[in-house]
Amino acid sequence: MVKVKVFVTLKEGVLDPQGKAVKGALHSMDYFEVSDVTIGKYMELTLEENVNIKERVQEMCEKLLANPVIEEYHYEIEEALQR
Amino acid sequence: MKFAVIVFPGSNCDVDMYEAIREVLDEEVHYVPYTESDLSYYDGILLPGGFSYGDYLRSGAIASFSPAMRAVKQAAAEGKAVLGICNGFQMLLESGILPGAMKRNEKLKFMCRQVELEVVNNETMFTSLYADGEKINIPIAHGEGNYECDELTLQRLMENKQIVFRYTNNPNGSVASIAGITNEIGNVLGMMPHPERAVNDLLGSADGIRLFKSIVKSWRENYVVTS
Repeated sequence: MVKVKVFVTLKEGVLDPQGKAVKGALHSMDYFEVSDVTIGKYMELTLEENVNIKERVQEMCEKLLANPVIEEYHYEIEEALQR
Repeated sequence: MKFAVIVFPGSNCDVDMYEAIREVLDEEVHYVPYTESDLSYYDGILLPGGFSYGDYLRSGAIASFSPAMRAVKQAAAEGKAVLGICNGFQMLLESGILPGAMKRNEKLKFMCRQVELEVVNNETMFTSLYADGEKINIPIAHGEGNYECDELTLQRLMENKQIVFRYTNNPNGSVASIAGITNEIGNVLGMMPHPERAVNDLLGSADGIRLFKSIVKSWRENYVVTS
């Protein structure tokens, strides 16, 4: 089995209301060094080994896991898990 | 005219929609489950509000892969009237039938109140019984109604007169105060406000009635008279 970590965030330039609120909170706590906060989603997929794993995961991201109109994604494929 | 109200796991405005058609319009209407893949019997397809699949992942995302939504795509392509309200609008966006996407409301709050809309285009099958520029009162109830699209899409929406309703006092941060848009051909309307909750003065407004009546009027003019 292979574990894939998928990260989905809003595209740059798309206003992120949640990120903005969290940034405001950090500033109110005097963490002024924070210039931007983006909030996204993290997903873990456990997949059966497949030669086309990259292609398949990319397809999943584009079709369902991310909305390409406002979101972008990247993923990391982990070493084969113990059987 | 025969209407289908598609019911998804988590739909909660399906009854309001059904009653609006049955009681106010007195037209034939059926609940149709999300598993149905054949909508050929119906003349008008209604996608109700609610929280299909618990709004997991993104509002409307999972519903857009249901058998019924594949049939809705086909119905839309055939030119049938398709109306998506709130979560139904989100499904139309997620399935690519309408352009754009929804984000959480600018102020991150769920909002549930009556708002004023401007009828921006009264030349659609959904708005012919309104006056152009008319101000109407329709309730909203959503946490993710912040409409977003890129500049090119916005330009196209404006050029093709696809923006049908705008908020007069943008409650959620939507681009260009958009409250409802149609597809290019004009037979699919998605809107965040709930016209089915504004069909009787007892509900605070009856301004939603004319939207449903417009659909029936258009259908009668186009199909009944000629056949």
